[in-house]
Amino acid sequence: MIDFELSDATRNARKMTHMVAEQMMRPISRHCDEHEHEKPWDFINAMWNVSKSTSMTGSSTDGKDKDAKKPASEGRTLAMVMAVEELCWGDVGLYLSIPNPGLGGAAVAAAGTPEQRERFLARFKGDKPTWGAMAITEPSAGSDSAAIQATAVRDGDHWVLNGTKIFCTSGLMAAEKSEGFVVVWASLDRSAGRAGIRAFVVDAGTPGMYVTKVEDKLGIRASDTATIVLEDCRVPLDNLLGSAEVQKTSQGFKGVMATFDATRPIVAASALGVARAAVDFVRDTLKERGIEVRYGAPPQTLTALERDFMEMESQVQAARLLTWRAAWMIDNGIKNNLEASMCKAKAGLVVTWVTQKAVELLGPLGYSRSLLVEKWMRDAKISDIYEGTQQINQLIIARRILGYSSEALR
Amino acid sequence: MVNFSPSEEQELLRQTLSDFAREVLRPQLRTSDEQNAMPPDLPAKGWELGLVQESIPEALGGFGGTRSAVTGALMLEELAYGSAALGFHLMAPRLVTVPLLVAGTESQRAEWLPKFAGAEFVAGTAAVVEPRWDFDAAHPATRAERSNGDWILNGEKCFSPLANRAEVILVYASTPDGLAAFLVERGAKGLTVGEREQNMGLKALDTFPVKLDGVRVPAAARLGGDGANLQPLLDASRVASAAAAVGVGRAAFDYAREYAKERKAFGVAIAQKQAIAFMLSNMAIEIDSMRLLAWEAAWRLDKGLPATREAALARQYAADQVLKIADNALQVLGGHGYIRDHLVELFLRDARGFAVIDGVAIV
Repeated sequence: MIDFELSDATRNARKMTHMVAEQMMRPISRHCDEHEHEKPWDFINAMWNVSKSTSMTGSSTDGKDKDAKKPASEGRTLAMVMAVEELCWGDVGLYLSIPNPGLGGAAVAAAGTPEQRERFLARFKGDKPTWGAMAITEPSAGSDSAAIQATAVRDGDHWVLNGTKIFCTSGLMAAEKSEGFVVVWASLDRSAGRAGIRAFVVDAGTPGMYVTKVEDKLGIRASDTATIVLEDCRVPLDNLLGSAEVQKTSQGFKGVMATFDATRPIVAASALGVARAAVDFVRDTLKERGIEVRYGAPPQTLTALERDFMEMESQVQAARLLTWRAAWMIDNGIKNNLEASMCKAKAGLVVTWVTQKAVELLGPLGYSRSLLVEKWMRDAKISDIYEGTQQINQLIIARRILGYSSEALR
Repeated sequence: MVNFSPSEEQELLRQTLSDFAREVLRPQLRTSDEQNAMPPDLPAKGWELGLVQESIPEALGGFGGTRSAVTGALMLEELAYGSAALGFHLMAPRLVTVPLLVAGTESQRAEWLPKFAGAEFVAGTAAVVEPRWDFDAAHPATRAERSNGDWILNGEKCFSPLANRAEVILVYASTPDGLAAFLVERGAKGLTVGEREQNMGLKALDTFPVKLDGVRVPAAARLGGDGANLQPLLDASRVASAAAAVGVGRAAFDYAREYAKERKAFGVAIAQKQAIAFMLSNMAIEIDSMRLLAWEAAWRLDKGLPATREAALARQYAADQVLKIADNALQVLGGHGYIRDHLVELFLRDARGFAVIDGVAIV
């Protein structure tokens, strides 16, 4: 039965998360933006204590755990999507810097064996803040992940990894500043293309793994984005994600790609949070000025400001409903490859446009660093790029709706 | 709890109407548009489906379903996929029955609903829209004044479907105490139905201007009695408009997609070119966006929650997007899209209507 009513449990959780965003994130938001490589340790430690006891920080560590679903409330993915929106309403850069298994953890959860999930994820219940990270992108391989040049060569009981990874979110924290890990994508056989790619878990501090650069960015400055170099980096054989057969088939690659179906709604939700921050700010400003938006009035009699604002609201709500749907599908065991890309593509575009529009509507105030609106516009843009650019998601959607393979539609 | 699946019953109805739209409405789409007319046998076929009777209580001769805007939105999307004009025609009696179910008094329902639950199609309609650029459904220029316990109606309406044969016309007018609607019987003195209108799109839908020149109706003809709140009807109208737009958008998208897979250029199907493929993927995203916004607003209506904002946003969003989708669908066909051998130019003309259509409280 079609229903948009949130359960009490979800509503309460949302309220609590909103308080975290308002009281712990917003007050340090500007400072963290202006002090890019300074880590907000008070916040990080506080969040570590919170996240150990709840699952509100946006990373699925036990995606295969079916009985985690309680009948009286929304499923865990949908609940997480709502929590992430609230946190990113607070500050998306700070949200990204919260210590948790992150995308690396999502890959372990999606593609790892039960033994691997236990071995790699137990550390997130420890005393010290710990990060997981995912290293896919290379200087000359982004969306085209089959073009990855990093290699993994077997040497006795080990895999020997070589290559350079860039744009690794929380890479510094995962590789060097905690007892975390980095999930590294590398090729067993470069001539096999996509089929040769596997994911390897590299523990923090493994000799041969170095962070060589932490990027200076347009936005999300509270979060570190690292370059990681692997130089004859040796990891145990059973650090290859998945079962033994995975080593011989292309299932490994598909398994890790499947991670995106679970993570794209989460990234879409983070975009929603930033977009809502901007819409809320404009709404409050209009209210202060006594400007009323006339929802029932004929469109041709509305002011440009009213139309812009209504468009902002409906665009964000459209993206939100697409995101809820993709998350709801996961929770109900329905394949959501198409819907996950749809919500990500839509949310990325919407947050970019909505925050740009907010700066415009607020005029010189919007452009000034005395408010957070310009920051949200800078933070927003990454949503349309990471975890699959607008274009790569469009490609996935197009292949799905046309029934084309990646060969038929390149 | 959040859920995106229609109920089994809704799904069955949706599937039935989806088949009907493909097999019965779509084959008539082009000719009905060219001839400005509903095929004569169609109303009877639509009636058999129970489109109007489904939500009328059993005691009053109907099928006894609960009136649900969500169900209505699902129905309208499917019908509009086949043909928006023919779909609106078949649903037109709901311009009377839905307002009666939402806001009518017991005696109004008892008097009028059985007339729309019989064996054959009975025309009923509403007169909402007025021929003014700044027409506002909440503040019509048509006025109702009290006179010796009766109401006197004066004003000009347009875009009233099937008004020339309707047993009753629900006329929306401003009263000293706000928006009201009046059940005006066929042949009432001072009621004139003009020449059939000629519109840019939705051409198969018979619409008429209606003139009210001192039409006198009894106090009991005011829908819901004095002080009835008609906002939920305005909101339902916007949900209906949005839901029908989803159907038209989907029709245009499907047409363009199939064409793009057939048509070859530079040795491949044009759908294999990203420039075309990305137009199609954007259409798919927007169709789902429109639908979910319409569903959410409809759900609020069914729950009795305030829905004015959501319905207005859903309607505006759908009107904007369906136009873009139809325009891009035509663009995918290139020169062929401009030729009436293909349906996309028709979808574009129909799509533009959603910026204008209002007062269709049929969900």
